[in-house]
Amino acid sequence: MNWLEVGNLQDIPQMGSRLVETPQGNIALFRTSDDQVFAIADRCPHKGGPLSQGIVYGHVVTCPLHSWKIDLSTGEAVAPDVGCVNRYAIRQSEAGKLELGLAE
Amino acid sequence: MKPKLVCIGNGMAGIRTLEELLKIAPEKYDITVFGSEPYGNYNRILLSPVLAGEKTIQDIMLNDDDWYAAHNIALFKGHTVVSVNRKARQIFSAEGAVVSYDRLLIATGSSPFILPVNGCELSGVISFRDIKDVHTMLDTAHAGKKHAVVIGGGLLGLEAANGLLKQGMEVTVVHLMDILMDRQLDPVAAKLLQGSLEQRGLKFLLKAQTQEILGTTKVTGVRFKDGLEVPADLVVMAVGIRPNFTLAQQAGLHCERGIVVNDTMQTYDPRVYAVGECVQHRKQTYGLVAPLFEQAKVCANHLAELGYSRYQGSVVSTKLKVTGIDVFSAGDFNGTDKTEEIIFQDPSQGIYKKLVLEENRIKGAILYGDTMDSSWYFQLMRDETDVTAMREKILFGQAHNLGDAGHGSENRVASMSDDAEVCGCNGVCKGTVVKAIVEKKLFTIEEVRAHTKASSSCGSCTALVEQILVATLGNDYSQTPKTKPLCGCTHHTHDEIIDAIKRHHLISAKAVREFLEWKTPDGCSSCRPAINYYLIANHPAEVVDDYQSRFINERVHANIQKDGTYSVVPRIWGGVTTPDELRAIANVADKYQIPTVKITGGQRIDLLGVKKQDLPAVWGELNQAGLISGHAYAKGLRTVKTCVGSEWCRFGTQDSTGMGIKLEKMTWGSWTPHKFKMAVSGCPRNCAEASIKDFGVVAVDSGWELHVGGNGGIKVRVTDILCKVETEADVLEYAGAFMQVYREEAHYLERTAHWIERVGLPHVKKRILDDVAGRKAAYARFLESQKYAQIDPWAERASQGVAAHEFNVLKNIPVKVESLPSATVQEVA
Repeated sequence: MNWLEVGNLQDIPQMGSRLVETPQGNIALFRTSDDQVFAIADRCPHKGGPLSQGIVYGHVVTCPLHSWKIDLSTGEAVAPDVGCVNRYAIRQSEAGKLELGLAE
Repeated sequence: MKPKLVCIGNGMAGIRTLEELLKIAPEKYDITVFGSEPYGNYNRILLSPVLAGEKTIQDIMLNDDDWYAAHNIALFKGHTVVSVNRKARQIFSAEGAVVSYDRLLIATGSSPFILPVNGCELSGVISFRDIKDVHTMLDTAHAGKKHAVVIGGGLLGLEAANGLLKQGMEVTVVHLMDILMDRQLDPVAAKLLQGSLEQRGLKFLLKAQTQEILGTTKVTGVRFKDGLEVPADLVVMAVGIRPNFTLAQQAGLHCERGIVVNDTMQTYDPRVYAVGECVQHRKQTYGLVAPLFEQAKVCANHLAELGYSRYQGSVVSTKLKVTGIDVFSAGDFNGTDKTEEIIFQDPSQGIYKKLVLEENRIKGAILYGDTMDSSWYFQLMRDETDVTAMREKILFGQAHNLGDAGHGSENRVASMSDDAEVCGCNGVCKGTVVKAIVEKKLFTIEEVRAHTKASSSCGSCTALVEQILVATLGNDYSQTPKTKPLCGCTHHTHDEIIDAIKRHHLISAKAVREFLEWKTPDGCSSCRPAINYYLIANHPAEVVDDYQSRFINERVHANIQKDGTYSVVPRIWGGVTTPDELRAIANVADKYQIPTVKITGGQRIDLLGVKKQDLPAVWGELNQAGLISGHAYAKGLRTVKTCVGSEWCRFGTQDSTGMGIKLEKMTWGSWTPHKFKMAVSGCPRNCAEASIKDFGVVAVDSGWELHVGGNGGIKVRVTDILCKVETEADVLEYAGAFMQVYREEAHYLERTAHWIERVGLPHVKKRILDDVAGRKAAYARFLESQKYAQIDPWAERASQGVAAHEFNVLKNIPVKVESLPSATVQEVA
């Protein structure tokens, strides 16, 4: 897979999110309190709310529209809600660069 | 190898404990369950509807064989445990099973008490306790036998009698006392109940002492002390229950009226726990289901070795499960010489309500004919809420006191059809709620909310959803514990957290979580905003606002809309604007192609549909015209609505517009537990609608009336009058002090209306009116905290570069990114 640098870890606040605009729509990059980074589509499976605007805790984000909780590591809604959101390939280089994996 | 947990008793208490345990520590134990009945766990409370033919045995099964298998639980059905060897840590069943344990859970329940009269051992004399009893009753009825006698006119006896009547038998209820359900009802309610049951065809023999049960092998009749004899093909004894503790006693565990346990549900042997009806806790034994569930939760916590939960006893209530007859009773309903009673009685409607109060707190309640508000009264009783302000209207129910927007006039779940909408916010029908309760085995209002969303938004239909829960499950399971933790991350309450922040001078969320031993590292979306608020309200000079813990609206100082755009509301002081301000707003709307411009209910202008990245520029241009943030998004001061007052109005008595502007200049920017709205009207015609605001001011010729705790939203609540003052300076002082006391004492997300209802108006009056020095000090604290709060957040972001990352995308890339396969298929490192 080819990887494209989109920014640094420090560009995202801890327990926060930044957006990358792509031809597939907005991808939300999340940085959790343990400095892990996750990339998921910025669309709640419930009513399309922008997940990037939600409160982040542990490896979960709460959608700002109706408080669905989405597990960042699986992309799935936390039970009892049911639904899932696309996850995207992302990695951190040792220097803290964030890279998205490009589709073939 | 996993330690072994053995549960003696396959009933509701034992299995509920295991379910709670599996939720928090699913892999901790190898579990074995012994039950003497040949069934899985079923809902014993619903035996009455089964007898009445309204439900089937299948309907009331809680855990079938598959459940035990799915959780790797070894189930010994039809095994009666006969002894426990605590030294060897083994238990023995009569059927020959021997199982060793590391921890033992005793949940042996209780047995019906059988009157020791001659003939009590005859065939056809039974109790009303399990499925077998129900089968015997149904068989007798279906065999065409006519006469049934139920001994005991309590809850269980009446339910049995009603069931037998429905099965076509002629039923006589025999009771020792002169009124029915004397442990739950007073004479008035008992007479109403007796009347309704007689109308249905039940016969009663009160003050009747059973002397002998007649018959040779099968029962044929009952003779009483006064010589009267009645024929009987079936005699049901329902005179009481006794905890089953013989097994525990023989094992050498300390027992009194039940197996004695401490607040962790541990017996005198630390390896042995006990829950349910067999238990004696703080001198109390319980025969109702709600306490068992509270005990189960605590016990599971300790079996999982979490070690922080305590059972502190339960306040119980009872409901009769006879379809069409609504009876509720709780607490001390007879009263003492220190109590007073509020009574509502409408004999032709068959309604009777009685509340027993002591020092304005509910000590007991009886409701007959209309039990819609039982949960509400019970909650007020458990919380020991001061009901002084509600006394005049309290008997008319919660809807009358708090309003009932969103579910029309529906208040009787029994009469509602399945497609009737219960929750107007989320469009949930009664049938959907019932289906979820049955299929997903939901027991609490929280579970129903999580699964169906009913009552999860505005909450106005909570009482209705609770009623559906009660009607479906047969009892009031939904009682929340008396002290409710802030969220699942902690076992501390709001008040404990506020107190710790004050007393121990905690000035960061991390310090709060560490000091109070939070269970999660970051908290969650419920506790984080709450703690951030408590910190700022209590230590305004020191605390650094944690934006990542704020809801998006407060983080970006605009209101998120359903499509992800934002709305912008500039502050318009007291609702008074100028042509220049209006021109600036119009220009911004044109320049940024803002699709909707709307006048708000708070006398301001709302610009809707602003793209997030445009926000700083929009704010910058509004700032140039002198407009600042209106905080329309904040749990904080929103607007001060005014009428034109004496400056223009021919009826105006004071300058209400000027007063409103002064109030808004003083209070803007302040954070409060929930949104805070004010209004100033220039005369008692009250055109600014001050009587439904958090703080309302009504001008009169001689000064200003101050009103507090109004609410015009979900639950319309008219303000309470606080007092009358003379000068504008007084208005400002009282307003500041009231806001500060609310800021310091209310729970996060609690409007002034709910706060005042919780603490009582007398408390607020004491703080603001009686304690003059306290009021002045609160006012001073308010003004001090405003020094740190009155900074326009828009200007900071428009021209000073604060939080720039919020408003810019990280990158725009023209290529597609690789999607990862579903995580349930492949875990990605």
